[in-house]
Amino acid sequence: MSARDDERLYHEQGVTLPETPPPSTDPPPWRETLTVGKRRSRVDGYERLSGAAIYPSDMQLPGMLHAAFLRCPHPHAKLTSLDTRAARALPGVHAVIDDTTPEAAIDWNYQGGEGGRLFAGHCRFEGAPVAAVAAETPHIAREAVEAIVAEWEVLPHVSDARDADAEDAPRIRDGGNRIGEPSIYTRGDVAQGFAEADAVVERDFHTACELHTPLELHGCVAAWDGLDLTIWESTQGCFRVQEQVAGYLDLPLSRVRVVGHYMGGGFGSKLETGKYAVVAALLARRTGRPVKLVLTREETMLVCGNRPANSMHMKVGVRKDGTLTAIELTGRGSGGFWRGGTGLVDWLAKDLYACPNVRTELTSWATNAGNQRPFRAPGHPQGSWALEQVLDELAGTIGIDPVELRLRNVPGESQARGGVPYSSTGLAECLRDGAREFGWEEARRRTRESREAWLARGGNGGAPHRLRGVGVGGCVWVAGGGGPPATVLVRMYADGSVTLNMGAADIGTGTRTVMASIVAEELGVRLETIQVENADTGTTAFSGPSGGSKTVPTDGPATRDATVALKQQLLAWASEQLDTPRENLRYAGEFIEVRGRDQRLKVTDVERLQRRRSVVGVGHRGPNQEGLAICPFAAHFCEVEVDTLTGEVRVLRFLGAQDSGRVMSRKTFDSQVYGGIAMGIGFGLTEERVLDRGQTGKLCNKSWHDYKLPTAMDVPADLVSLPIELQDDRCNNIGAKGLGEPVTIPTASAIANAIHDACGVWIDDTPASPPRVLAALRRQRDRKEARR
Amino acid sequence: MRDRDDSDASRRNFLKTVGLGSAALASAGAGQGRAELAAVEPEKLQKILLSINGRQLSVLVEARWTLLFVLREQLGLTGTKVGCERGECGACTVLLDGVPRYACLTLAVEAVGHEVTTLEGLLDGEDLGPVQRAFVENDAYQCGYCTPGQVMAAEGLLRENPAPDLEQIRVGVSGNLCRCGAYANIFRAVADAAKLRRGGGA
Ligand code: FES
Ligand code: FES
Repeated sequence: MSARDDERLYHEQGVTLPETPPPSTDPPPWRETLTVGKRRSRVDGYERLSGAAIYPSDMQLPGMLHAAFLRCPHPHAKLTSLDTRAARALPGVHAVIDDTTPEAAIDWNYQGGEGGRLFAGHCRFEGAPVAAVAAETPHIAREAVEAIVAEWEVLPHVSDARDADAEDAPRIRDGGNRIGEPSIYTRGDVAQGFAEADAVVERDFHTACELHTPLELHGCVAAWDGLDLTIWESTQGCFRVQEQVAGYLDLPLSRVRVVGHYMGGGFGSKLETGKYAVVAALLARRTGRPVKLVLTREETMLVCGNRPANSMHMKVGVRKDGTLTAIELTGRGSGGFWRGGTGLVDWLAKDLYACPNVRTELTSWATNAGNQRPFRAPGHPQGSWALEQVLDELAGTIGIDPVELRLRNVPGESQARGGVPYSSTGLAECLRDGAREFGWEEARRRTRESREAWLARGGNGGAPHRLRGVGVGGCVWVAGGGGPPATVLVRMYADGSVTLNMGAADIGTGTRTVMASIVAEELGVRLETIQVENADTGTTAFSGPSGGSKTVPTDGPATRDATVALKQQLLAWASEQLDTPRENLRYAGEFIEVRGRDQRLKVTDVERLQRRRSVVGVGHRGPNQEGLAICPFAAHFCEVEVDTLTGEVRVLRFLGAQDSGRVMSRKTFDSQVYGGIAMGIGFGLTEERVLDRGQTGKLCNKSWHDYKLPTAMDVPADLVSLPIELQDDRCNNIGAKGLGEPVTIPTASAIANAIHDACGVWIDDTPASPPRVLAALRRQRDRKEARR
Repeated sequence: MRDRDDSDASRRNFLKTVGLGSAALASAGAGQGRAELAAVEPEKLQKILLSINGRQLSVLVEARWTLLFVLREQLGLTGTKVGCERGECGACTVLLDGVPRYACLTLAVEAVGHEVTTLEGLLDGEDLGPVQRAFVENDAYQCGYCTPGQVMAAEGLLRENPAPDLEQIRVGVSGNLCRCGAYANIFRAVADAAKLRRGGGA
């Protein structure tokens, strides 16, 4: 690939473009597409692979200083004294700020207006910052932090939601350790439902706290230019950072520019900014120098969010024919000291499978640990872990295939929303086509035989000790429909070349490529020639942060709108120039054609375009259709191998069948599916934040050495992405729903079900680590022996 | 390994002040058996000659600075990324005499006398090299932040073993974390890159 590939603007072959609708009418849905949905390489591939892409952590400015934080080493403590003299005296140190620094006396808001001051001395979690330093090099900054003498009064702490309401639990919060009232949902009558059931299964589950740990560290570079502040930040939403920083520093939005052209992953942890952005700005103002403040990996593990641990009791009833009669879920969790820790844990119980009687009750507890942040499909993988396993257990009890049981309970509407119809629902297709593509029935026969033979031998280690199993899980994602606001600009220059200008970040999901594909589709230009400018509050129009799988269904329709507006403008000018009614003209890429006549005008020969030198189309994201739930669906299938001697689980293959409406870009679509599966494998098998519960309460595994991400050795090469591409003309003008989150919801639960299919044991808690699997196998053996 | 007898860094002092992450711990292995080094201030700048991507560069460094820090913050070669500074993620992978190496666990002074290759060094003029092209073609990345390290690990693997099988590819990139989970496509990209390098495709 060459740096300046091929500069041809138009496709070699004449192509038929979508009709341009008259002004202020919606463009009709695409049918055949030329660029959208095709296997095309990313438009920013060259930048990302050559090293030309400048990520925020790569930023360098002349005279730039490096900053570092002093953080509380205890889960709960009060700062009793702070002596910064030695730090200030170190050569190369330019500033030390703490709670006594006038401009740092800022009230922080972690949740609901609560959070204490920026450098609050009463620290509610390990890692809460109490001072910051700016120095010539990062080495000096760290040395200066170490030279600060801090004294602490260590206070009693709670580190686990399961301990928060114990008799002897320390009271860490005024008004009690519980955060808010329990959230309760009911529909129908669960007691009645369970009475009508032929089989009821109930179990306790626990899912471990998961850390986002994107590869690029959290952090930013801040620089002042007179009254104007610029921040380069690794973020999922530069406009969100802009609003937060402007709010804390009491600046007009127009004076805060946030740039996030590239960013190295976020998964929800970079939807908001952290104290680092505000502190970098304060230090930069104080020193008159640009300041870089990038956290260390250890710091990000303490303070940059997590998926809360959840304890769940799940009870489900079913009739012999496979129809569900009742679902009851009670759960608890903690999102740290300020934030709830159970959001959306019950969504699947309420919405995924048809069931008239549902009750859920969730309670959040305060703990002395880092705040949660939204983590890829908040609440969903946790709820899925419990619900999907119980469904499989029920399927076994009543003797129905697990896929079939799910198919019998596909809902026709969104039950949790009181019966609102979905714009489209591909749950049944995901299950059915997925099972076929995966070879489900054949695999189930094979695994049943090997399991039964093994159990007949007593379920002991003896050869063969490696058993295979297959598992399935289904899901819906609560959001994924997108919505206003978002504004996108598409500009054509006098030579016909095109730029796309949008506020949305490309967090690795391929946003630039998807949006450029939309422009290419409508204008008939080649994808590679479109220049994309994005994620810069100074040069692009507003878009919210990329989260909730909203970017494609939000900015996509706005991009199409903008491109259509551009075409309409050019058609209006051509109609003037040719003295032909606009409806007789057709926008056909390089040319504007006159219908029914052998006459055409080169787009670049439109006189008004030549005089103005450029033309801009502006597109806005309008509201979604009322009375519709716009949600993506999925089903995951996997095959695992369980080593019954070591308890090790190897994932051999995975298939993700995803209904996200139209596939916008096939390569990036598949990559998201693979990535979601890899992340789900981590959630299910390896990842667990370990706090020193009952002892010091400190984080024990604040490194990637001890906090285990899936590596190249853990993720199968045999991954299949199966798009279930239903035509959805109601969700928005591009027919696409979100994808980034449903790809990781039923992954871990499919693995748990596959483990059971392999060797007959259920795994109640994540991660399904070797000791846990071995313990379950041992219990199974003991039960068998007791029965003998 | 360069002979460190003439180095003026005291090991004890050096370990105390190496500063960033756990570079100190990890580099302890590098100077093993040389406990009798003379003491100096670790902050003192010294001039060293580095050979990076075929160019000789004379740089002023502190003894405690890692190669990663010098590449990124002193020389502006930000193709090499930083994920942990403690040898856990591989984002900082470069080649030292053609062999993959974590730049965060390598001191700049250790690189003296060795040929350092970074992502930028795989470009052919402005054009992407075969491994880079194969990564684009196979969409072997999402956010792209682990990607330079993956590419360098793959490059190192292919220099040693021009036709690796799947298991060898897995092992070759197993020191490089990808939180976006692009592994399956990385495997495909490395296999394709092997073909490209052998001249088996365009
Ligand atoms: S930065 Fe060197 S291994 Fe992570
Ligand atoms: S591509 Fe994002 S971490 Fe690998």
